[in-house]
Amino acid sequence: MIKSKLINKIADQHPNLTTRDVERVVDSILDTITGAMCQGKRVELRGFGAFSVRKRDQRKGRNPRTGETVEVKAKHVPFYKMGKDMKDRLNA
Amino acid sequence: MSEKTLTRADLAEAIHKSVGLTRTESSALVEDVLDLIIDSLAKDEVVKLSGFGVFTPRKKSPRVGRNPKTGETAAITERRVVTFRPSQLMKDKVDRALS
Repeated sequence: MIKSKLINKIADQHPNLTTRDVERVVDSILDTITGAMCQGKRVELRGFGAFSVRKRDQRKGRNPRTGETVEVKAKHVPFYKMGKDMKDRLNA
Repeated sequence: MSEKTLTRADLAEAIHKSVGLTRTESSALVEDVLDLIIDSLAKDEVVKLSGFGVFTPRKKSPRVGRNPKTGETAAITERRVVTFRPSQLMKDKVDRALS
């Protein structure tokens, strides 16, 4: 399922809203989650899962083509962990 | 929104503010969106949200595990899990904001 299909289905469930409204709703949800992570915050959606940011230390990497050692800088990466309700519904 | 953790209520509040829907309707929409994503994953569909990331349902094979406390071996049954791969856009935004 892609975002446009998600938007259309939600719009079908909410006949009082236009597709454009639902698009703004979905964008608002996704942007809020990304925005929270940009502030290093965690987003906990009980049943769905939790989004958080993990720190990756600086490390020495290797250019696979030349074999050269390169310094890979420390970075922050988005992380998601599945929630219990989702786990149960996938394993029912 | 100064706390360390956001919840459904914060998402509903964001909708209420940016789209101008009532808080009740905003909460219902958060629930419906999350439910629909779970439904799709339960039907074994990949969920691609452009600019955000991709949720992929995966099947894990049964294996023999170990109780880390007692050291006893235990059978782990086959199960389905969901992995999330953030979009390059999200990765860039988060890394840039925090480094």
